[in-house]
Amino acid sequence: MIPAFIVENSPALMVIVPLVAAFLSPFIGRISSMVRSIWVGGAMAVTSTIALILALDVYSAGTRLYVFGASAASAAVPPDSGGIPIRIIFEIDQMSALMLVITAISGFAIILYSLSSERSHTGLESFYTLYLLMITGILGMVSTGDIFNFFVFLEILSLASAGLIAYRVDGGVAVEAALKYFVLSTIGALAILVAIGIYYGQYNALNMAMIAARMQFSVLDQVALVLIIAALAMKCGAVPMHFWTPDAYSMAPSSITALLVVASQASLYGLFRTVFTLYNVTLNAATVGWLIIILGVLSMVVGVTMAIPQKNVKRLMAYHAVSQTGYMLLGVGVGLAVLGNQSLLDAFGYMAMEGGIFHIINHAMYKGLLFLTAGAIFLRVGTYNLNRMGGLGHSMKWTMVFFVIGALAIAGIPPFNGFASKLMIYESVFVFNPLLAVIAMVVSILTLASFVKVFHSIFMGPALPEYSGVREAPMPMLVGMGILAVVVILFGLFPGIVVESLITPAAHALVDQGAYIGAVLGGA
Amino acid sequence: MFWNLPLVAVVALVIIALAIIVFKKNLIKVFLGIVILESAVNLFLITLGYREGGIAPIYTNAPPASMVLPTPQALTLTSIVIGVATSALLLSFAIIIWKKYGSIDIDRIRRLKE
Repeated sequence: MIPAFIVENSPALMVIVPLVAAFLSPFIGRISSMVRSIWVGGAMAVTSTIALILALDVYSAGTRLYVFGASAASAAVPPDSGGIPIRIIFEIDQMSALMLVITAISGFAIILYSLSSERSHTGLESFYTLYLLMITGILGMVSTGDIFNFFVFLEILSLASAGLIAYRVDGGVAVEAALKYFVLSTIGALAILVAIGIYYGQYNALNMAMIAARMQFSVLDQVALVLIIAALAMKCGAVPMHFWTPDAYSMAPSSITALLVVASQASLYGLFRTVFTLYNVTLNAATVGWLIIILGVLSMVVGVTMAIPQKNVKRLMAYHAVSQTGYMLLGVGVGLAVLGNQSLLDAFGYMAMEGGIFHIINHAMYKGLLFLTAGAIFLRVGTYNLNRMGGLGHSMKWTMVFFVIGALAIAGIPPFNGFASKLMIYESVFVFNPLLAVIAMVVSILTLASFVKVFHSIFMGPALPEYSGVREAPMPMLVGMGILAVVVILFGLFPGIVVESLITPAAHALVDQGAYIGAVLGGA
Repeated sequence: MFWNLPLVAVVALVIIALAIIVFKKNLIKVFLGIVILESAVNLFLITLGYREGGIAPIYTNAPPASMVLPTPQALTLTSIVIGVATSALLLSFAIIIWKKYGSIDIDRIRRLKE
């Protein structure tokens, strides 16, 4: 059905297609804007399809290895290299495949949305170039098995995101936000590069599986671990390093904000990959686990308390994004804290990790949806200020429905997907430490309170005279939001199927370091 | 002792760079701090790759013995290229900030906070 060539080379294709399409789009855009829309939309559709084909293949046939510059994946370790995989390797296990699914769905929904929302703006030549570069960066980050390659894709992602955050200069304010983001992420990336140097100096390898197989957890490795955790926790917006998040999220165009959420998840993936695959049981699981739990709890509490007084709807949502990232860190942190103790892991560790990982995909969907609704409102009303909105429920009915779906999902109300993952986190974390579960529930209630307020001030009340000419958002934007909304509802209605087929394999792949190493080094 | 000198230089450069980034108020100087930090990291990578008496992996000239694996040099080259892109983007931000705000003093770039 699907040509074998495409399945065979899908890891390379899904990075090459957006990369080539990105740099061709300024030239193709010269023909007409219609042709450009078809080109970038088509490129993203092809990329998403390839990524989904690959993810399907990984879920049915197990970890995929793609060795660049070799004729077959079995040549991962060349015979004359002294047992070191010197080629660049993409290694896609179930956890990576899950991230591919997230990127494919969100990337496609968001480009449909932005084709319509950005149509009246200028400077679209490079907008889509940067958009597709972001997609390249995310897909590369989540599928690479080479730590230096990870750094390169991280930098591609940072450069493209910074360019897009500053895209609508807006009197310089957006540039200020992008500057803050970019200075921080450059310093963070350099910290990661130092850590890569430390690994290379000790283990003569850049391949993650090779480093993991040789990991000694010496003092230098601890330094490297700290550098990587600090840099990636900053990139995903965990609390002590979260201050760029509200600025960047609120200043970027709304479609880009939704993609930045996915980009943050890719950094989160990098964090989990480092902790679980590179170090796994060699590190002091309880200490690092508690470190991540504390980061998570701080993010949850600080994020939601900062969100409540905000007047700007996107800033408010950005603080909620920080808060929701805390749930993922909490869930996976609990799993990490009991790593190495099989009975505790079976009792609640796996469930906590599954909850955390499930929350990653759920968050990408409902948070993306919320940011897109905020963008649709801004398109029609021209303000993000909550105090100046009101009564939009009369004119923007579909946007209101999508907003309600997103808001109920983020607050963890059944039958939406946020409920499913949060319930898993509550149950398992309660066994681990009841206090943490209580904090998580209180944060959830505060989230609901905050979104009730937002809903009321945007959509309820009498129709305001100054917004009498406001119409519903254009059709492609509604379709983009609709895709995400349907996923939110489906994941909420059938969480059992999703968890069983997508999430559990991902959590087990993350914990099972031996399988990751064995795929490259051959049953090490 | 002598062998450690490059690593001492790396640490010194990192400290200088971080001090500049944290304490300087001029945006251009902050960017220079970032560039110095990049150089420090590049020097670190090159130092890791240095082998005393090693043979450079240039096939036409090399004697038939084992050569040095040039991975750290390749990493450094990549990192330099990324550094150029980073500097270009940062400086273009500085230009826009200067045009819109009339200042590159970081204490005055605070419109987001209002």
